[in-house]
Amino acid sequence: MPKVMTKPERCKQCGLCVDACPKQAISFGDGINAGGYNYTVIDESKCIACGMCYTICPDGVFEVLGEK
Amino acid sequence: MSKSKKVPYLVDRPMSFCPGCGHGIAIRLVAECLEELGQADNIVFPIGVGCSSLLGGGIEADRLHCSHGRAGAVATAIKRCNPNNVVISYQGDGDAYSIGIGETTSAAYRNERFTTIIINNTNYGMTGGQMSNTTLPNQKTNTSVYGRDCSVTGNPIRFPELAADQFNVGYAARGSVHDVPNIRKTKSYIKKAIEMQLSGEGYSVVEVLSPCPTNWKMEPLEAMKHIAEHVTTYFPLGEFVEKEEK
Ligand SMILES: Cc1ncc(C[n+]2csc(CCOP(=O)(O)OP(=O)(O)O)c2C)c(N)n1
Ligand code: SF4
Repeated sequence: MPKVMTKPERCKQCGLCVDACPKQAISFGDGINAGGYNYTVIDESKCIACGMCYTICPDGVFEVLGEK
Repeated sequence: MSKSKKVPYLVDRPMSFCPGCGHGIAIRLVAECLEELGQADNIVFPIGVGCSSLLGGGIEADRLHCSHGRAGAVATAIKRCNPNNVVISYQGDGDAYSIGIGETTSAAYRNERFTTIIINNTNYGMTGGQMSNTTLPNQKTNTSVYGRDCSVTGNPIRFPELAADQFNVGYAARGSVHDVPNIRKTKSYIKKAIEMQLSGEGYSVVEVLSPCPTNWKMEPLEAMKHIAEHVTTYFPLGEFVEKEEK
């Protein structure tokens, strides 16, 4: 199963992925990264690894790894 | 349906654009296309002045930071001296269409064999949101505080249309990064533009409508909606010319 991996240290809290995710699997977590941003987290139980987050993210936070 | 999606190594490092800025999406698309066409090690980027310059610190490729507006002339020289390199000038609308309108138009007019990617965010982002040649009619900026008055400033320029109508260019298109379907379409435009360069048929240009949430004083999502609802009404999306490859 493909899986979405994240690099939370790159997140700038723009929220575009939260809107783009068709499964509402992405939300802002409780953590703050070194840049001072409240980064997003993925609920793996909802994620279908469609890669919308990869496509919309301006900062390369997401990667979909593994083929179906 | 799912395929591995990895950020291309050319751009796989932190970028210093503002949160929600479209530059990060656009430059990733360019890098993806170069990787898919096997040109990632063969690329030279003449880079304009503006937030596009931040690319200099964010890209793992040969690059040259040109004087403001002059990337069209610099790219001409690089491509003529190194015809086997893929040359892509990466510029903002202020750089390419305001101070650099001479160089940009001349390169298209001469049908130079390189590719120009122009990030149109309807203002000068880096210097704090001044009016550019693509600022929309009535749009308020730091230098058009009552809204752009086109009777005094002229109308916003539609360069891909100009290049397609008036010059013998190879490829001219306008995409947008305001949502996933348009990002995918824009990627196909960028790929065709690079293929046009590889075929040696002529100049290729892709303008990319892109949000500047900081200077538009909007939330990132609101800025994307602004593109869909307002910017695309003045700047239609699509391909304007595609020369047959030999
Ligand atoms: C000769 C010269 N004039 C003016 C400037 C100031 N300047 C720096 S960036 C910029 C505008 C860039 O706007 P744009 O090309 O739209 O890029 P963006 O920042 O919006 O991506 C200006 C006027 C400069 N650096 N050099
Ligand atoms: S000022 Fe505008 S164009 Fe420049 S990095 Fe910020 S959002 Fe992007």
